[in-house]
Amino acid sequence: MANKILAVLEQREGLIKRSSFEAVNTAANLAKDLNTSAEAVVVGDTISNINEVSKYGIQKITHLKNTELSYYSSSGYSEIISNFAKELDADILILSNTAFGKDLAPRLSVRLDSGCVVDCIKLNVSENEIICSRPTYAGKALIDVKLLSNKKVITIRPNVFKAHIAENANPAEVVVKDIASVNLDCKVTEIKKAEGKLDVSEADIIVSGGRGIKGPENYHLIEELAEALGGAVGASRAVVDAGWRPHNEQVGQTGKTVSPTLYVACGISGAIQHLAGMSSSKFIVAINKDKDAPIFSIADYGITGDLFEVLPALTNEIKKVK
Amino acid sequence: MKIVVCVSHVPDTATRIKVGSDGKSIDPTGVTFIINPYDEYAVEEALKTKEKLGTGEVVVVTVGSDKSKETIRKALAMGVDSGVLLKDENHRDSLGIAKALAEEIKAMGAQLVFMGKQSVDYDNSIVGQLTAELLDYNCVSVVVKLDIDGEKIVAEREIEGGREVVQTFLPAIITCQKGLNEPRYASLKGIMAAKKKTIEEKTAATYTPTSEIKGMQLPPGKQPGRIVGSDASAVPELVRLLKEEAKVI
Repeated sequence: MANKILAVLEQREGLIKRSSFEAVNTAANLAKDLNTSAEAVVVGDTISNINEVSKYGIQKITHLKNTELSYYSSSGYSEIISNFAKELDADILILSNTAFGKDLAPRLSVRLDSGCVVDCIKLNVSENEIICSRPTYAGKALIDVKLLSNKKVITIRPNVFKAHIAENANPAEVVVKDIASVNLDCKVTEIKKAEGKLDVSEADIIVSGGRGIKGPENYHLIEELAEALGGAVGASRAVVDAGWRPHNEQVGQTGKTVSPTLYVACGISGAIQHLAGMSSSKFIVAINKDKDAPIFSIADYGITGDLFEVLPALTNEIKKVK
Repeated sequence: MKIVVCVSHVPDTATRIKVGSDGKSIDPTGVTFIINPYDEYAVEEALKTKEKLGTGEVVVVTVGSDKSKETIRKALAMGVDSGVLLKDENHRDSLGIAKALAEEIKAMGAQLVFMGKQSVDYDNSIVGQLTAELLDYNCVSVVVKLDIDGEKIVAEREIEGGREVVQTFLPAIITCQKGLNEPRYASLKGIMAAKKKTIEEKTAATYTPTSEIKGMQLPPGKQPGRIVGSDASAVPELVRLLKEEAKVI
């Protein structure tokens, strides 16, 4: 029997993130498949929703607490969590592949002398072996990776592994351990929020604009549709490179790879770099004047019309039905 | 001060990927290889840092086959002083690359290292952090703003919905994200000068792989859907489909 599985959770402003509950659920499922047990760990100051882990199939969570650690510190977190994983004798660590998970996972893997595979979209267990499937070349190809080390650090792509809620779960056992001294050699001192904006990497619905929008002054059409749908605003590389939109909105190979439930591409022709970054979206809507645009080859629904007419009509219609 | 910039030689982002005959990697036939786009921000930041200091030396390091020299030359043409190729004909996982880089950085005694936040081939985005752990250096990943003052570093890294301001100090590895700077073009003079700059070749440090690629496949193809209409009159039908068929709104 394998040793324990440990889900390493992320909190922001004292709230455990939704993507971390996906890690909890994945760790719990993996524990069943491997005939072992799973628990969770979170580092931070006060955490308000810690009891929620039980809903996702884990019965024990350890809160490593220190007032200095409400913000992420790569030096502090990697030291404290790797020590905890050693104490627990955890063989497998599961994190969500967020900015936090991507930064922390490789550090933990070196400290635990383990292999590391990131951004997995599927974990297959057979005969006590885990095969991790993950996209490469921004999703143009998938690889199956097997970790050869005894200990394994795995990150899972957000929004892919769903966090199933178990009904009538018993409350989780919460163990709070105060951490006396921490290494703060590398420490976050402040978070600058992009005000009131939903990030494309965390959104369930994304509305993106391409060159067809003709200029930054017309981008309100994209923003209004995104707002009506309750989604995030994205952009193609052409639009970002032209300076019309900030880079953090770019979807595609040199931007973000996204898998929302609904992706609306407006005035985007569908260069291969863009398609690579969004083709795993569940439903794709394309609005483009050019009926031969490659975006239509992967769209579920398309309108081959002028976005300056279609977008305002669509925004109005969405407002009516919502 | 010696500044190291680590680069990788990757397929152009416009490449259509075909799986090779081994079933585990891409078929390189007809594929154009370029310097990893994020590494251009790393090269630019290294050069800017040297210019600001008014002294020092920038060395580009890569792990790969002889073909990677093209990418080293590109960095030399942008203004990097010299190059080191850590040779290995075989594919290495991220930790294998990090071990080779860490050994070389240690031997050089470099206190400041730049690299791209990820390579656009395997998209792991972990080599910087792994290398830093192996060297016991500080590391800030996905950096979009950087200020180095003596030993002190203040960096801003991109996170979901904002930025984290990170304070740390040298020795450090910085992994660079688009937005950090505007990479310079190689001038004709730069390209000519690059031909005379040295590229030292060494065997990459040996290591035992911790992972194995069992197979590579293309993602399942998506069937084109339907064209609902050609103007705004198609909007009510589109919304009905999204609501009743796709059930996404």
